Amino acid sequence: MAKLLVVDQDKCTACRRCELSCSFKHTGEFNPAAARLSVAAFLDDDYYLPVVCQHCDEPACQAVCPAGAISRDEKTNAVVINEDRCIGCRMCIMACPFGAVDYSVAEQKVVKCDLCQGEPECVLNCPWGALEYKEPAGQALGKRLQMARRVQAALREVV
Amino acid sequence: MYGWVGQLLRVNLSSGECRVEKLDPALARDYVGARGLASKILYDEVDPQVDPLAPENKLIFMTGPLTGTMAISASRYNVVTRSPLTGAIAASSSGGYFGGELKYAGFDGIIFEGKATEPVYLWIEDGAYELRPAGELWGKNTHETEEAIKAATCPNARVACIGPAGEKLVRFACVINDKHRAAGRSGVGAVMGSKNLKAVAVRGHGGIKVADGPAFREAVLAALAKIKANDVTHGGLPAYGTGVLVNVINAHGGLPTRNFQTGIFAGASKISGEALAENYLVRKKGCLACPIACGRATLVPRGPYAGHGEGPEYEALWSLGADCGVDDLAAVTKANYLANELGYDPISFGATLACAMELYEKGYLPAKDTELPLEFGNAAVLVETARKVGYREGIGDLLAEGSYRLAERYGHPELSMSSKKQEYPAYDPRAFQGIGLNYATANRGGCHVRGYTIASEVLGIPVQTDPHSPEGKAALDKAFQDLTALVDASGMCLFTTFALGAPDIVSMLAPATGVPYTEETALLAGERIYNLERLFNFSAGLTKEDDTLAPRLLAEPMPEGPARGKTSALAQMLAEYYQVRGWDEEGRVTAATMERLGLA
Repeated sequence: MAKLLVVDQDKCTACRRCELSCSFKHTGEFNPAAARLSVAAFLDDDYYLPVVCQHCDEPACQAVCPAGAISRDEKTNAVVINEDRCIGCRMCIMACPFGAVDYSVAEQKVVKCDLCQGEPECVLNCPWGALEYKEPAGQALGKRLQMARRVQAALREVV
Repeated sequence: MYGWVGQLLRVNLSSGECRVEKLDPALARDYVGARGLASKILYDEVDPQVDPLAPENKLIFMTGPLTGTMAISASRYNVVTRSPLTGAIAASSSGGYFGGELKYAGFDGIIFEGKATEPVYLWIEDGAYELRPAGELWGKNTHETEEAIKAATCPNARVACIGPAGEKLVRFACVINDKHRAAGRSGVGAVMGSKNLKAVAVRGHGGIKVADGPAFREAVLAALAKIKANDVTHGGLPAYGTGVLVNVINAHGGLPTRNFQTGIFAGASKISGEALAENYLVRKKGCLACPIACGRATLVPRGPYAGHGEGPEYEALWSLGADCGVDDLAAVTKANYLANELGYDPISFGATLACAMELYEKGYLPAKDTELPLEFGNAAVLVETARKVGYREGIGDLLAEGSYRLAERYGHPELSMSSKKQEYPAYDPRAFQGIGLNYATANRGGCHVRGYTIASEVLGIPVQTDPHSPEGKAALDKAFQDLTALVDASGMCLFTTFALGAPDIVSMLAPATGVPYTEETALLAGERIYNLERLFNFSAGLTKEDDTLAPRLLAEPMPEGPARGKTSALAQMLAEYYQVRGWDEEGRVTAATMERLGLA
């Protein structure tokens, strides 16, 4: 199965090294505004979540693209934009449920995560493993175990 | 330019005129940035004898060439001015996201001059700038101010502001950015308040270029690997925050307690980083680009001290806790939240309250001057005075002057635990000889983050030295002080030096800027910055007499614990320190040293 960016929200510290390294890899400059992913950090709620492209099985961005500019990279399974075909209509931005496609003011084009051809720079720079590049199967296992522990604790309180 | 954006914004608050200036590449090379570059500008442009709260004083916000890049923990900016607490040069550093955003918005730094006739704030967006009225913000705390400015500008703006403490010229008021990050010490917030400047808000979409991308990236990844392999930077600090030190320093008998009357606090474990993690920690948090994440997002869920915020970190756990004899972690945490919201330095506040408590208990501070029983260990008094000091209410008005002025007022200045009128942080110089020398000589007064010899004396970084021995501490202090000046100037955080040394820093600084810094030339820049600050201070009227410690630390032996019977051997270390520094016997920078550092 193809590898993807897998996010563990609990491990994120809102340092944004992923944004910095992503923008540098793709634009040669450090500019969070040009990053292909972003950390949604609700600091007042102590909630930080790196929002990344899910490279969906049935990508809404691809389906909506009138120019046929969005396709799947055979090698990495990443959903990528063909810049030569992109007409800059931004339909993909509207269609994506995650906000994973964006228009870069600096580069004047529509941009999205391309998984760095299989070596994601964000993963390399995340100090805590909040971002991993792996097969998503079994992604929920940790959460299931946590949930089971909570049930156990609740039962201890009442039984 | 690379690393540096290459532009400064000069804002004359008196006339309302702003103008963009080019950054001089030679100056940037020699003083690197942040603390260094801003100190150079202050030195060149401000009369060192100026009243710190007069319009003629300047307030300089400055980032470093690494700020906003993915260099390790490169989030920092500095606020430099003449301090209303000490009269010496103040350079206070802060993390969070503000510094990086200022560069994305197109500026390395901002120089504020003069004084606005009415309260204003500065709004910068992608190279455009505007002074806006802030009358409606005046009186609001730092959290309310940030929310109001984001609502009026952009939800993604980064805001650095003052709270009521800065407005009311509390002598240890700070500048708070991102709600919980502070340019904390020496009263830089009071200078901001004296200028009627409530806040600076920034937003930018621009990028920072580096000279040699592949080399920079390689150096950053190598440094990141060292950070992740280190027990402090990837172990103790992220797990327990800086508060991990409470039990460690207490075990050394050097956790100053009840205004430095002893070095052991019976309630230490109750206010430790471990206790904070167990009771109130929600999650750990990192500043921009920081892989260490010592930040503590915390919540006190219920009780009289319920609240939500960040911290306290080690220094506040100590100053609000052990130094005031308080072992109620909820109260300490609440007082720390108040310090952030009202905008003042919890180190100086806690130490000043501790001083007041000793004055009160010894009968020097009469009960008629305070409506509160200022007894050591009283948690309710701690939280109540933490609120009052921010508004200069009642006893808070006296505490707002800092411990030295308070103790002098009641005829006992020797009970102020301070150097150059700035309160000491959380290490007793009788238990750690090196840090005592640093307190005495640090250019901004009593301070641990100018030459953190505790790294060597306690943690064995880079080599273990005997904390009780004054031998070799002069050279150790100089080395730490010069390296720290370099780190501060680069835009990186001092905590990186638990895992990284000068070669690692230079390996990032050189390819980022394109300046062929070597370890030698970079450390020379650090030494240059340190000496420049010293020159400012001597022109401001400070002398050798100010390179000293509170009499208690020199004459009263530590009463108990591992450091029992010890006093600070300052005189011996100081003479040697002047020699190592290349200063004369009066502590003045000699002509030869100025020549060597390019300061002549």
